[in-house]
Amino acid sequence: MATTVSTPSTERRGPHVAEVLRSEFCKFRSVRSTFWTLSTAVLFNVALAGLAAIFIPRNLSGHEQSTTDPIRLSLAGVHLSQIAFGVLGTLIVTSEYGTGMIRATFAAVPQRRLVLAGKAIVFAATALIVGIASCFAAYATFEAFLSGDSLRSSIGDPGVVRAITGGGLYLVVLGLLGLGLGTILRSSTGAIATLFALLFVPSILLTLMPQAWRTTIGPFVPMQAGSQIFVATHHEPDNLGAWMGFGVFSLYAAAALTLGFVLINHRDT
Amino acid sequence: MIEAVGLTKLYGGAAAVEDLSFVVPSGQVTGFLGPNGAGKSTTMRLILGLDAPTAGRVTVNGRPYTAYRRPLFEVGALLEAKAAHGGRSAFNHLLCLASSNGIGRARVADVLDIVGLNGVADKRVGGFSLGMSQRLGIAAALLGDPQVLILDEPVNGLDPEGVLWIRTLVKSLAADGRTVLLSSHLMSEVAITADRLIIIGRGRLIAHTSVTELLRTGSGNFVRVRSPQRDQLTERLRARGASVTGQSDDSLHVSGASADVVGEIAREHGLILQELSEHHASLEQRYLELTGDAVDYHAPTHLVSTGERT
Repeated sequence: MATTVSTPSTERRGPHVAEVLRSEFCKFRSVRSTFWTLSTAVLFNVALAGLAAIFIPRNLSGHEQSTTDPIRLSLAGVHLSQIAFGVLGTLIVTSEYGTGMIRATFAAVPQRRLVLAGKAIVFAATALIVGIASCFAAYATFEAFLSGDSLRSSIGDPGVVRAITGGGLYLVVLGLLGLGLGTILRSSTGAIATLFALLFVPSILLTLMPQAWRTTIGPFVPMQAGSQIFVATHHEPDNLGAWMGFGVFSLYAAAALTLGFVLINHRDT
Repeated sequence: MIEAVGLTKLYGGAAAVEDLSFVVPSGQVTGFLGPNGAGKSTTMRLILGLDAPTAGRVTVNGRPYTAYRRPLFEVGALLEAKAAHGGRSAFNHLLCLASSNGIGRARVADVLDIVGLNGVADKRVGGFSLGMSQRLGIAAALLGDPQVLILDEPVNGLDPEGVLWIRTLVKSLAADGRTVLLSSHLMSEVAITADRLIIIGRGRLIAHTSVTELLRTGSGNFVRVRSPQRDQLTERLRARGASVTGQSDDSLHVSGASADVVGEIAREHGLILQELSEHHASLEQRYLELTGDAVDYHAPTHLVSTGERT
């Protein structure tokens, strides 16, 4: 039984960071759930854009048509695809804890923060490409299926490219929030439930709160703050600006990731 | 070489491992024994830096495991067989681990060959039997061709063919001069391959010894002797401080004196010996004797088998 090959020196190869990234990308691409969640997300973005283009304009009054932001409408699918991105970001970490793979991972790379950074970079890079591309595809689909000219816009109009790109950025940051929560909670169900509670529960609770709360706290809750980045026109005055809102949203993700980075080195696996 | 000094791990106030010190010498197979729940797996996780010790330290080849940047070249470990994402193919599972240490596809194919899984390299590991998963775990441990191997209960749950395969593999690893730490709750499993033994119970070190040393000590050892001058012999032996018990078949069981000494005493007094032989307790008996107090869940003693029926 030939088990012996020349034993390489442990420190002789290229940068360790590149190897860890390659390893994390290998894990990311080699499970089917990655392909299926991303495909589903693209499908949601494009299909809902088409449906919105066909069905929404005819149901809007003249006043509503003049106050509706067409870009936001073309990105209606983001409300669904965000679930796919959130789940994918979370599972990148929690599936390793769920299967016990994390022990093999940490035994191969004891520098745990490097592993976590590798996961975040691999996810963010992929999600950025798929997120932005599918938002542009959604916009193109929306324009192609749009009946009538009242909601017509041009890619050259002010804020349009920013808003479409912003749809992709929102999905990336949302996934990173999930990845951070996954690192903190180490359980798929716990982290996914927390992620969506964080997104949807504040909005629901705020509708039950006094008006003053809605205008003071409302703009800062995660989804409301984050979604401002994909509004091109007809910005609602109570809400934060596009980049300010996105900045606040990113802070939630940054907080979760930071806590994850702190905890990952101090816990037993 | 693996060296633990005062290794202690508390989980919520309860000690899983307590003040454990041992050395696993290079180039030998060390058996790591203890009843279920004795702290073997905890100790192995501490060695690999997966759990942080509450007190004490453990090093591999002089450095803490977590100080290695590409540890797969130093230490290969099999902890749990099923610790893999079920949706990944065997090849990809190994490739993902390998690439984190800069190990390429060719070596992945090699280790799949070594463990005999090349036929199912593209199959998803979720469908693997326990035996196949165990082989996959061993393949992962061999990726970096490390000099040190840590195998936690590698034969647990395997069918006879799998058990035989693991034994052969451990022997061949040992023949290569590798350091192997092999845990089991069964003495019969480690006795086949191990040179040295670390026995723990309830997280504490019970014995740290070689197999031969373990056999030499212990209450189960005696010299069996038969003589027509039985009473005279008994008297002479007792006078020399040995304890002698007469058996129903007219033989004597002598402890506290070696066969050499018994022979000399007989010659000095001109006594005839018809039989003189040393009897050692089996490793299994010694092991049960040592760990008897440290088993968490006892069956009533009349149900406990003491022979080597495993």
